[in-house]
Amino acid sequence: MNDLLVADSVSKNFGEFRALNDVSISVPKGSIFGLLGPNGAGKTTLIRIINQITMPDNGRVLLDGEALRPEHIRNIGYLPEERGLYKSMKVGEQALYLAQLKGLSKAEAKQRLKYWFEKLEIGDWWNKKIQELSKGQAQKIQFIVTVLHQPKLLIFDEPFSGFDPINANLIKDEILQLRDEGATVIFSTHRMESVEELCDHIALIHKSNKVLDGKLTDIKRQYKTNTFEVGLQTDRVEEVTKIIKDKFEAFPATFRNLNDDVKLNIKLNTKDTSNDLLSFLTSNAEVNHFVEVVPSASDIFIQTVKNN
Amino acid sequence: MNHLPLIIKREYITKVKNKSFIIMTFVSPLIMVALFAVVAYLSQLNNDKERTIAVLDETGVLSSVFENTEHTTYTILTDTNLKTAKELTKAKEDFGLLYIEKSNDSTMILSNVQFFSDESPSIGIMSSLEEKIEKIVSDTKLFNGGVDPAKIESSKTNITIAQETFTGEKTSKIDSYLKLAFGGVSGYLLFMFIIIYGNMIMRSVIEEKTSRIIEIIISSVKPIQLMMGKIVGTSLAGITQFVIWVLLGSVLMLVVSAILGVSLTDLQTPQQEAMNEMMKNPDIAFEFQRGLQSLSNLPIVNLVIAFLFFFIGGFLLYSSLYAAVGAAVDNETDTQQFMMPILMPLILAVYVGIFTVIEDPHGTVSTVFSFIPFTSPVVMLMRIPFGVPIWQQILSFAILICTFAFTVWFAAKIYRVGILMYGKKPSYKELYKWIKY
Repeated sequence: MNDLLVADSVSKNFGEFRALNDVSISVPKGSIFGLLGPNGAGKTTLIRIINQITMPDNGRVLLDGEALRPEHIRNIGYLPEERGLYKSMKVGEQALYLAQLKGLSKAEAKQRLKYWFEKLEIGDWWNKKIQELSKGQAQKIQFIVTVLHQPKLLIFDEPFSGFDPINANLIKDEILQLRDEGATVIFSTHRMESVEELCDHIALIHKSNKVLDGKLTDIKRQYKTNTFEVGLQTDRVEEVTKIIKDKFEAFPATFRNLNDDVKLNIKLNTKDTSNDLLSFLTSNAEVNHFVEVVPSASDIFIQTVKNN
Repeated sequence: MNHLPLIIKREYITKVKNKSFIIMTFVSPLIMVALFAVVAYLSQLNNDKERTIAVLDETGVLSSVFENTEHTTYTILTDTNLKTAKELTKAKEDFGLLYIEKSNDSTMILSNVQFFSDESPSIGIMSSLEEKIEKIVSDTKLFNGGVDPAKIESSKTNITIAQETFTGEKTSKIDSYLKLAFGGVSGYLLFMFIIIYGNMIMRSVIEEKTSRIIEIIISSVKPIQLMMGKIVGTSLAGITQFVIWVLLGSVLMLVVSAILGVSLTDLQTPQQEAMNEMMKNPDIAFEFQRGLQSLSNLPIVNLVIAFLFFFIGGFLLYSSLYAAVGAAVDNETDTQQFMMPILMPLILAVYVGIFTVIEDPHGTVSTVFSFIPFTSPVVMLMRIPFGVPIWQQILSFAILICTFAFTVWFAAKIYRVGILMYGKKPSYKELYKWIKY
């Protein structure tokens, strides 16, 4: 059993509206799984089903091979997108309460909170009220509360919103560390650069259907167009460009460089390899820049959504 | 995992530690007692006002009855006519002029009495004047008819019909008053409790929505647990507040009465005076004593048990609806539309209780309303002191509990969906749809 979480043909209707249509995902153990999709696609509904906040109409969800049960709540840590804390409660009391709701004993919760408060350098907040904290500070508390009970599965919905770059980085490092310590992470966001940075696997949900999923590298391979970005140095700019365009499909490219005269995106034919292209280019000009164009998560997202 | 005790504890502690709650708890009795003291003081001021009433008695036989009292001085005018008497009274700035026209026939006297004044006199003044005249006139009439008024006085008797049920329980009119008071107080108490603490539950649900903590909480606990925890926690806080109010209120009242002691006895209301009058009469004093004894005739055990059951049942029933309303909306101003259907049956219950139960505690209307679940807690509490068969109480309570189970189910449905809905105020139609989600 290599998947920590499996959603099997999950469907959910709200009245006439079908929020999820036969969606299946598998989240491998120890991975960071990006759950992507435009606004209103059904991500939050799926996440709520995993958290047993909403019940699916059809399909089932397995955690570690077992059908979800109420006791599984203590194995899941969930940081919702719409999140907040009791405004008039003190930080410490509140964190203790939420930790106890997750099944920790008071003493244990206190000890772990102390550890985390020191780790994130917020030790002196214990007796502050939430309304005295900034949004980013409150987010730190929410993050701690999410991970405190050391769940096997962590679900973060837009975890970086409200953080400045320094704190966002701090949280990102914590997430990676938790993953290294064995936790599995489901990560939902619209910030594609964090997907790029963090996710091993992704699934894309669009209009209640899953339209794409798999390993990020596999998907990129699948979406790559065998295009290479090249920069050449030559005196015969027009002539070289013409020669290349005769043999390959090529488009003008823009990138920063020091002294390239010809900048092109060149698409390989199926029969050619990158070495063929490279030797063809070197025979015609001096090659300063030769990079395979890899589609970004953002490109894949936009392309997939447009095509559906 | 059962988190209910944890949630109840948090709800209770946050409520009780809340500043405005603490202030309300300790300041309300102060305000009440202060209000009482101010009213007492003011009415005392009012009573202290001395007035002079001029009396022009052309018959000459009535003047003797107008004896000066502490607040009223009577000036008997003689050897003058009405016109000059009026002018004189006005010039002296007296309160008014009582004019009794001369009449040879003693029976005519009543229609020929007039009172002149700038301000219209209070009912109290007028009836005291009328009483004085009536007494002397009727005495005169009796005397003229050959009857000695003193004989009449001595022949007056006071009959009290002893009440006893077929099973041998002695009852009395005072019993009825006690029952009325007990029923009224408990019914009204429940009504107030529902309105005050139902609202508090609703606000607390809305607070969780607006602070967006709700999704974090319900990823750990079931919505219905959260809702029940809220209801129980808030009720406990409410009971705490109520008990403090009662204790503090009584202590303060005692203190204030002790300070104002003398003046308070001066300021007896007519009812109190009547009461004192009654106490002087040995028969009535005996009656009163028996009334006290008959306190024990009240079905105390039944009352206490029924009070607990119906109070708790009624409050739970309504508070689950309040919680549902809180979940359905985003802010307090949006609650109005949903409050009406909750408040209507509650107000109806109090009206039925006040008007029908007092009139006829076992009549059809009272009986029917003491079974309808939304009115039964209040109406039944008012009826029970008058003796309601146990099977009726049990049946009514069973209906109440079944309805409560239904409303909790209903409220939990709305709650579960509503707490995650932001932005728009739902219509009734949408609420109906939520139930099916």
